[in-house]
Amino acid sequence: MKHQHLFKDYQQGLENGELIGVYCKKCKTFSFHSSLSCSKCGSMDLVGKVSEKSGTLETFTVIRVAAEGLTPPFIVALVRTDSGFHVMGNLEGIDPSSASMDLLGKQVKISSKKVTRDRYSQGVTHCLSFTLDQ
Amino acid sequence: MREVAIAGVAMTKFGISEDTCIEMFGQAATGALVKSDIEPKDIEALFLGNCLGDFEDGQAHMGAHIHTALGLPMAAPAFRFENACATATVAIRQAALMVGAGIYDVVLAGGTERVAAMDTPMATRTFAMASNSCYSAPTGITFPGVFAMAAHMYAGKYGMDISSLSEYMAHVSVKNHFHASMNPKAQFQKEISVEKVLESFMVADPLHFLDCCPFSDGASAVVIASKEKAVQMTDKPVYIIGTGQAAGGPVINNPDMTRIKPREVASAMAYKEAGVTPGDIDLCELHDCFTIAEILAIEGLGFYEFGKGYDAAKKGETRLGSDRTVINPSGGLKAKGHPIGATGAAQVTEIVEQLRGESKERQVEGARTGLVDTLGGEFGTVCNLILRSYA
Repeated sequence: MKHQHLFKDYQQGLENGELIGVYCKKCKTFSFHSSLSCSKCGSMDLVGKVSEKSGTLETFTVIRVAAEGLTPPFIVALVRTDSGFHVMGNLEGIDPSSASMDLLGKQVKISSKKVTRDRYSQGVTHCLSFTLDQ
Repeated sequence: MREVAIAGVAMTKFGISEDTCIEMFGQAATGALVKSDIEPKDIEALFLGNCLGDFEDGQAHMGAHIHTALGLPMAAPAFRFENACATATVAIRQAALMVGAGIYDVVLAGGTERVAAMDTPMATRTFAMASNSCYSAPTGITFPGVFAMAAHMYAGKYGMDISSLSEYMAHVSVKNHFHASMNPKAQFQKEISVEKVLESFMVADPLHFLDCCPFSDGASAVVIASKEKAVQMTDKPVYIIGTGQAAGGPVINNPDMTRIKPREVASAMAYKEAGVTPGDIDLCELHDCFTIAEILAIEGLGFYEFGKGYDAAKKGETRLGSDRTVINPSGGLKAKGHPIGATGAAQVTEIVEQLRGESKERQVEGARTGLVDTLGGEFGTVCNLILRSYA
């Protein structure tokens, strides 16, 4: 069986301040951490590798009606990391009411924060957070 | 594969129900059996769609309970399907494939869901369980949020002002409410205005409350049979001439949110099997869980080029009476309602009734060929069915 890149490994990486992706030894493409095969060539010959913690904001929303236990408003964004794969996280450091289409294409720094979640979850979890790189 | 047809179809009125998932499906199923002029003993298998009965009614293993309530033969197996909002369409496709393969001759398929039994925060939470629980859910993403992100990306990609896209999206909602105003089974049977949509509160920027489908309760059931059996049950069999289904995974793996790739794959599969093109489709019931979702779907299904579907509703091209493909004549998820595990079966019910000429004031004149499109999760499942009034 191939080595599997588990959620706990990803979480440990974030605990250490590192964003870990999986890297294809064949075609040298980064894929998101949970991938068991390369998102480009399909090879299963992958290794865990530390990714760039910077990227480009591709889209976002301001959540104003939230799931049980969360307090809106907050911003969720999709970011393309400079290593080439995509991640979802919360854009922080700006007032949600000022969020506009101007955010698209902005450079961001990627870090993480600990969130405590409900019984239907993995418990205390590192969640990605983004800040504008100004 | 042999030819497969739909005999009886039925659905409950969508809205708020005091009845359980099992009871609602019982009403729909007995309706479909009566219209097929058969009895429970004639059913060889049950393909039941249900997503969240565990949370709604505290009821897991629903297939077996419904099976026995209906009095199906013990030798008829009962399956429960869960593919997020595409659940019932997937159940119906599996039923059609099994009948087409000659495993069964007559089966019952459909879905049931009682979302409104949960309050809004709990329903929002359980819906969000269909996003990736490790990597997406901790951000607090919701389903309106996923499609809101798609709307911002769409506006950015095609160089549109977000306020003008919002107005175009509002026209989708207005059109679907207009259709639902003629549908006695719809949750909302009244018309709304563009102004009302734009004045409604924001759920997830840029989606307003009236850009979003409601939480709904309801059930729908269809009897699926070999052509030989179906023509004994009805003088108007509706044939399933093409199907497709594809899987995609979370948004981070499908980051161009303006192109829902599983839809392009699934619909291409269905068009090819049916031997038809988008231009042959007279009407389509598609997955308008949010107004932007209808715009993405009419493009992904090939009715419009990518980036060109945004003004179809405003121009009246997708409205009843248009000479182009009429979109969501039932009122769609937006106004007919969206009991998630039942939705696909209700879409099939609408297309079947339209192809039989039974849709009264919302009848699409001369409808011969219809398409069903249902999407599940953060773009993870798309299932398409092409139905026609002749083999």
